[in-house]
Amino acid sequence: MALQSNCPTGPIEQRWEKHRFNLKLVNPANKRKYEVIVVGSGLAGGAAAASLGELGYKVQCFCYQDSPRRAHSIAAQGGINSAKNYQNDGDSVYRLFYDTVKGGDYRSRESNVYRLAEVSLNVIDQCVAQGVPFAREYGGMLDNRSFGGAQVSRTFYARGQTGQQLLLGAYSALERQVAAGTVAMHTRHEMLELIVIDGRARGIVTRDLSTGKIDTHVADAVVIASGGYGNVFFLSTNAMGCNVTATWRAHKKGAFFANPCFTQIHPTCIPVKGDYQSKLTLMSESLRNDGRVWVPKSAEDCEKKPGDIPEADRDYFLERRYPAFGNLVPRDVASRATKVVCDEGRGVGPGGLGVYLDFRDSIERLGKPKITERYGNLFDMYHHITDENPYEAPMRIYPAVHYTMGGLWVDYNLMSNVPGLFVLGEANFSDHGANRLGASALMQGLSDGYFVIPYTLGDYLAKVAPTSTAKDVTKDHVEVKAAKKVVTDRLKTLLAVNGKRTVDSFHRELGKLMWDECGMARNEKGLNGALEKLPVLREEFWKNVCIPGMGESMNQELEKAGRVADLLELGELMCRDALNRNESCGGHFREESATEEGEAKRDDEAYCYVAAWEHTGEKTAPTLHKEALEFEYVKLSQRSYK
Amino acid sequence: MKFKLNVWRQENAKSAGRFEKYDIDGITSGHSFLEMLDVLNEKLVMQGKDPIAFDHDCREGICGSCSLVVNGRAHGPQEAATTCQLHMRKFRDGEEINVEPWRAGAFPVIRDLAVDRSSLDRIIQAGGYVSVRTGAVAEANAIPISKDVADRAMDAAACIGCGACVAACPNASAMLFTAAKVRHLNLLPQGQPERDMRTIKMVEQMDAEGFGACSNHLECEAACPKQISADFIGELNRDLATAMLRARGASGNASAGG
Ligand SMILES: Cc1cc2nc3c(=O)[nH]c(=O)nc-3n(C[C@H](O)[C@H](O)[C@H](O)COP(=O)(O)OP(=O)(O)OC[C@H]3O[C@@H](n4cnc5c(N)ncnc54)[C@H](O)[C@@H]3O)c2cc1C
Ligand code: FES
Repeated sequence: MALQSNCPTGPIEQRWEKHRFNLKLVNPANKRKYEVIVVGSGLAGGAAAASLGELGYKVQCFCYQDSPRRAHSIAAQGGINSAKNYQNDGDSVYRLFYDTVKGGDYRSRESNVYRLAEVSLNVIDQCVAQGVPFAREYGGMLDNRSFGGAQVSRTFYARGQTGQQLLLGAYSALERQVAAGTVAMHTRHEMLELIVIDGRARGIVTRDLSTGKIDTHVADAVVIASGGYGNVFFLSTNAMGCNVTATWRAHKKGAFFANPCFTQIHPTCIPVKGDYQSKLTLMSESLRNDGRVWVPKSAEDCEKKPGDIPEADRDYFLERRYPAFGNLVPRDVASRATKVVCDEGRGVGPGGLGVYLDFRDSIERLGKPKITERYGNLFDMYHHITDENPYEAPMRIYPAVHYTMGGLWVDYNLMSNVPGLFVLGEANFSDHGANRLGASALMQGLSDGYFVIPYTLGDYLAKVAPTSTAKDVTKDHVEVKAAKKVVTDRLKTLLAVNGKRTVDSFHRELGKLMWDECGMARNEKGLNGALEKLPVLREEFWKNVCIPGMGESMNQELEKAGRVADLLELGELMCRDALNRNESCGGHFREESATEEGEAKRDDEAYCYVAAWEHTGEKTAPTLHKEALEFEYVKLSQRSYK
Repeated sequence: MKFKLNVWRQENAKSAGRFEKYDIDGITSGHSFLEMLDVLNEKLVMQGKDPIAFDHDCREGICGSCSLVVNGRAHGPQEAATTCQLHMRKFRDGEEINVEPWRAGAFPVIRDLAVDRSSLDRIIQAGGYVSVRTGAVAEANAIPISKDVADRAMDAAACIGCGACVAACPNASAMLFTAAKVRHLNLLPQGQPERDMRTIKMVEQMDAEGFGACSNHLECEAACPKQISADFIGELNRDLATAMLRARGASGNASAGG
């Protein structure tokens, strides 16, 4: 099957407009006859459900939390990009487009990225109109900051709670539609299966997490916006419930999974403190604006108190290796450099898995009050968690899994290769290539939900007869019943194992394996090793997991077990993808493909493509489909931050 | 560290609940409160017993899922923190700790420590929004908003909707939550056109959900992990009085004209 990206052609600035004009429209009187399922209520799903409801479609929206407002978008701290050029510092749609393609290490589609940069302007307008209290200047205008090493200040923010405020905006629009009766919100519901009939996505199977009831929902189209799958690593900055189940079930029903190995490892997180640890906490990237990253020059000094190590014995390794960008190199570069010094035995803190982020010099230069003004809440948060005072001793930080660029393959319309199945936000693969720039995920989620899907979904629906009048698919359809049975049987099987290991113990083992072999650096031997171990672990899971209780009530162990079962399968596909891609690009670093100085080396001859994997069966290997990437506007070049 | 836990166990909304005692050992001062419960739950699972159900997700104090009453206090003994941000170093080794769900008529227990807080969503449905369609909006900088106003709106908007204010209030009132939500939008120029209607409808919905009345105990402010100020309650009452007056005036005029 050849992958059709359906990207428009012609001058890039005109493509989206031209495409929008060519999209078919649904007659206003007919909209209410179409039913749409939206899985997810984060920035992408929440914005989509609200906007589709406003248009008059009948929307059913699902989330696993007890309120749509708790989707993991709520946790984003830093900000959201938009090419408004309010600072008059030379930003433009084209520059944001250019930075995103380059930052993604040339593994994204130019057309998609350009559209993202373009609609980023509307996103900020929309949020302000909803009452999002962005930071403002004294004159009453919106304030911006520079983020993640960008050369322009294009990031909008609401204190350290940008994601929360944007999500509350989308949530308020969503609840307005709930009140208006256009959206039915199903909280504490988890999608456990996609229903595909005659090749089209027609519904989902859910479990009510409060009562255990399994139900089917039929619709004209299904939109998945279920977030990222970073929890395959067990420890990550994701929320505990983040999962791959919705997209994985869709994958097993025919949707291609693209670039699964592209994961972002964020350089500044609080290091692991013990094996009981359940999740990792991000420390905002902005700290690198004033903090200097270092380790002792000699491994013998690692046990010493940092204050006792003289200047001459410190290695400010980012400043040393990247004099032009210093501590502000992109995330993937900073994370890898940190790994290198820790692998050399020069890491600090428990297990040698940490480096110092030191504010001594900036406190001296700017004074403590200035540092408190800029980072007070972050310093408090660090103090809270570690019980150490960062004003007195340097912070210790270490990279952690943060974001997954990979996801279900979609075309320019955000539709997967399964007709009627659309995928938005972090759950799709589309806009960030092999590395996402800071403050661009929030931008993408809202762009997809507010400004892309309302148009592209209409084009699809205009071509199909609504289920409500055609009555071709009801809850009694054999395929619908079959999908429900698959789910019921699977849960029964899980509950019947009655083995000797907890779900978490499997999840931890999976996470460690993925972190060691498919984490910050990958190589053929390690990946092959993981590909041997993962099926064994998966088999043991199905023979030896222990889940007390029953399916017909709230059962959080059962919820976790279903998610871990899917993550175990995903892990294998990630390793396979990483093994296939014998080049280094963005967050994906293959040790075999490095420059002499140990920097990532792309191989555009061989790998300038999107790797889209097709599930072919439980016992057979997945098939790789390649979508070639063409660069007409941004010239392929090796990224350099020296 | 070792602890003696008394944990509320309840099969479902209809069944009667009870406290169960658990001894737990091998906890470090670095364990968070929820990680301590994780350890206990793994032990229970290995004994074939039902683990303790509780809500949690982000585990960094922002999603508002976690909701435990620890030793009689919503979110436990630490100020300005959610349960997931609480660490065991805040407790004495060997201490006896009571763990209960949020208790309020408007928050029925689903199981053990997990409660149904959908009543809060319904308060938002009553008017916690600006009625603006996607795309039908002005340029973002078209309406300047003074920094003071934006900051004050942000102070209110920082509410994470956890419901600790309700759990802490002797009357189980949701006034602090509702006030924060109403005031966030009522402060901003975008919120003005629907200001009166929003205020009246959200307060009405709060009453309809069975939350109690506010009698100024201010336990809500003390328990709030985001330190939302109870001053917003005063402002809500003022907004409500004005809105009612204006509504009466409007209907009076209407009947006079009719
Ligand atoms: C700590 C942290 C900080 C971040 N900071 C920034 C930042 O400053 N700037 C930035 O741009 N990006 C940031 N990001 C990334 C960004 O927050 C996310 O990529 C983005 O919010 C994802 O939005 P989403 O709508 O795709 O998914 P989410 O917000 O994760 O929403 C997923 C939704 O799907 C639902 N769901 C999932 N699975 C199922 C299922 N099986 N059945 C039913 N429902 C399901 C969930 O309930 C939820 O409603 C940060 C991420 C983290 C973790
Ligand atoms: S788990 Fe999110 S606030 Fe506690």
